[in-house]
Amino acid sequence: MINPEYYPLVRMVIFLVAMMAFVGLNALVLVYAERKIAGHVQRRPGPFHVGWHGLLQPLADAGKLMAKQLLTPWSSDKLLFWAAPLLSFLPVILLFLPIPFGETLYGLNVNLGVVLILAFSGLNVLALCLAGWASNNKYGLLGAARAVAQSVAYEIPLLISVLTVALMSGSLDLHAITVQQGAWPWQWYGVLNPLAFFIYFISILGETNRAPFDLPEGESELTAGFHTEYSGMGFGMFFLSEYANMVVVCCVASILFLGGYQGPIESGWWWFLLKVYALLFIIIWMRWTFPRVRFDQLLNINWRWLTPLALLNLVGTVIVLRLAG
Amino acid sequence: MTMSPQLSSDPSDFYSQSFSKGARENTLILNMGPQHPSTHGVLRVIVELDGEYIVRAEPVLGYIHRMHEFMGQKKTYTQYLPNMGRVDYLHATAWNWAYVGAVEQLAGIEVPERAEYIRVLTCEINRICSHLVWWGAYLLDLGAFTPILYAFEDREFLLDILQRVTGSRLTYCYFRFGGVYADVDDKFIDDTRTFIQRFRKRLKMYEALVTKNFILRKRCEDIGVLSVQTARKYGCTGPVIRGSGVPYDVRRAVPYSVYPELDFEIPTFSEGDAMARYMVRLKEMEQSLRIMEQVMDRMPDGDIQGKTPKTLKPPKGETYFAVEGARGKIGVHLVSDGSATPYRVKLRAPGYSNLSCFAELSKGTLIADAVSILGSLDLVIPEIDR
Repeated sequence: MINPEYYPLVRMVIFLVAMMAFVGLNALVLVYAERKIAGHVQRRPGPFHVGWHGLLQPLADAGKLMAKQLLTPWSSDKLLFWAAPLLSFLPVILLFLPIPFGETLYGLNVNLGVVLILAFSGLNVLALCLAGWASNNKYGLLGAARAVAQSVAYEIPLLISVLTVALMSGSLDLHAITVQQGAWPWQWYGVLNPLAFFIYFISILGETNRAPFDLPEGESELTAGFHTEYSGMGFGMFFLSEYANMVVVCCVASILFLGGYQGPIESGWWWFLLKVYALLFIIIWMRWTFPRVRFDQLLNINWRWLTPLALLNLVGTVIVLRLAG
Repeated sequence: MTMSPQLSSDPSDFYSQSFSKGARENTLILNMGPQHPSTHGVLRVIVELDGEYIVRAEPVLGYIHRMHEFMGQKKTYTQYLPNMGRVDYLHATAWNWAYVGAVEQLAGIEVPERAEYIRVLTCEINRICSHLVWWGAYLLDLGAFTPILYAFEDREFLLDILQRVTGSRLTYCYFRFGGVYADVDDKFIDDTRTFIQRFRKRLKMYEALVTKNFILRKRCEDIGVLSVQTARKYGCTGPVIRGSGVPYDVRRAVPYSVYPELDFEIPTFSEGDAMARYMVRLKEMEQSLRIMEQVMDRMPDGDIQGKTPKTLKPPKGETYFAVEGARGKIGVHLVSDGSATPYRVKLRAPGYSNLSCFAELSKGTLIADAVSILGSLDLVIPEIDR
């Protein structure tokens, strides 16, 4: 038998393995969803021929990516070039650790879960920066420069809106924040403080480089941005981490603003997943609807609107909380 | 002994040489194209960047040069006709018309009235096709993926309609000296009328869905402002100069065929930015619908082919004939020495002049704006290179 002291460690290892599987599976689901939704938005059926209604298409895509030759540009920095995709993918798994999927379904019970997630999600920027720099490609470099400027800028309103919720709940523990909100929508922080939710949602589009803020890889200007030189699974890793990051930020959104796993009738992980995938659907929907913003506009949106608004919202929330008691 | 620069064994071309010499401190020379998603084909643009701002940009041409003009001097007048559909594949009928019109002028061939009406009808249908492709591709440049598929859905109807009479879907060779290849039938007319009704609704939807979009307006307004002087200097025509407020349209300025009898407006916008050029093209599609309706109402019965000599040998002399294409003024200058092959064919492609102003427009803008400007000029590279 294992010494009961090690139970949290064992739990963490099991959870990490499970999360690896979840991230992989989830990428397949999201690829299918993305292509299918894109298809229907664009008045075409989307993938249709591989499997029933194209269900096996993501598997075929993954197989193709894995079978591709890995090319290393001769002028690149070989070590950093291949470290970058790993560095972008590995921390993402850690991000899932403190997330409570259900009442007892979590990897690590820490009272600073929000901080842990925000800290590790910052590593992704480093990976994008490295990828662009190490591939020694002008498009890659421009993409990396954009990625850094954008992620740093959008982290600020994101943090402030998260802070607002932390103030409202008085805790940084994701589990506690979930429990404090009730099962019904009017008890959720997203409804009580819609501005914070709105700012958070816009910021995560910037953080995860999703359209209309997908400038680091804006293909009409930079062909593929920071991952121009990557082939096969090198690109696949960035792709996986992008989708995993999307899931993480949507998980956090559903915990902070939508009551996490709590829901009407019967609380549980199904409510959690439902909320997460609803948010993901909106993100995918936006990608296929809007044109891309320009880079200076992107930063202006952040510095001129989102950050001041988030600050005002924070101050307002503090005043309201103080007055209420 | 010094070698002349033309004979040097340096494999790089003039532009890369001068650009590599000119690289200054804190700037980066970026080679966009010939394979780049936003240059639509094989246009190469060398840009010098300071951060993301463009210090200078220069288009490099010649990657798809096919010697169309020289081919004209080696083939008989009739044999050269199919080339016209390949010069500008998006508005092939206008090129058909420019060449056929020039030969008719030179050889004095009469065109029956019904044929003139059919020419106007097919040319306007093709103009809408061309503008639809531009619309979709331009929005793709701006990062909106969906509109191009909406545009292609509409374009598909038009291609089906044109296929009935021309037999092809892209590189039309439909016009003949003194007429057209095939007569339009009732189904053609019915389909076109159905399309006009459908497309009016679609245009409204496009406006609500795309034109009024906040992000799109921010990406187009005040971007690449082209003054009238600059436009005139570079010889811009078509929607590019009409977006700068000059109502120059060959259909009205140098009327040809039955256009003087038709009632249509020339949409002009005075802002001169990318949005003005965008709006001109959208309004032009509405006007094309109006022209198509009038033409179908007034179309007389009769022949579609005038009398033409068995072997075409135009008398000695030269002629110039211009039509209004989707991108501007399409001109064909023909010189005949009295033999069965032209002595000289000069094609005036509107895209070439429109592209020329790019270097001036893009100076000092962001790289994303340059993509927007390039798209708003509506370039078809095979037409520019010929």
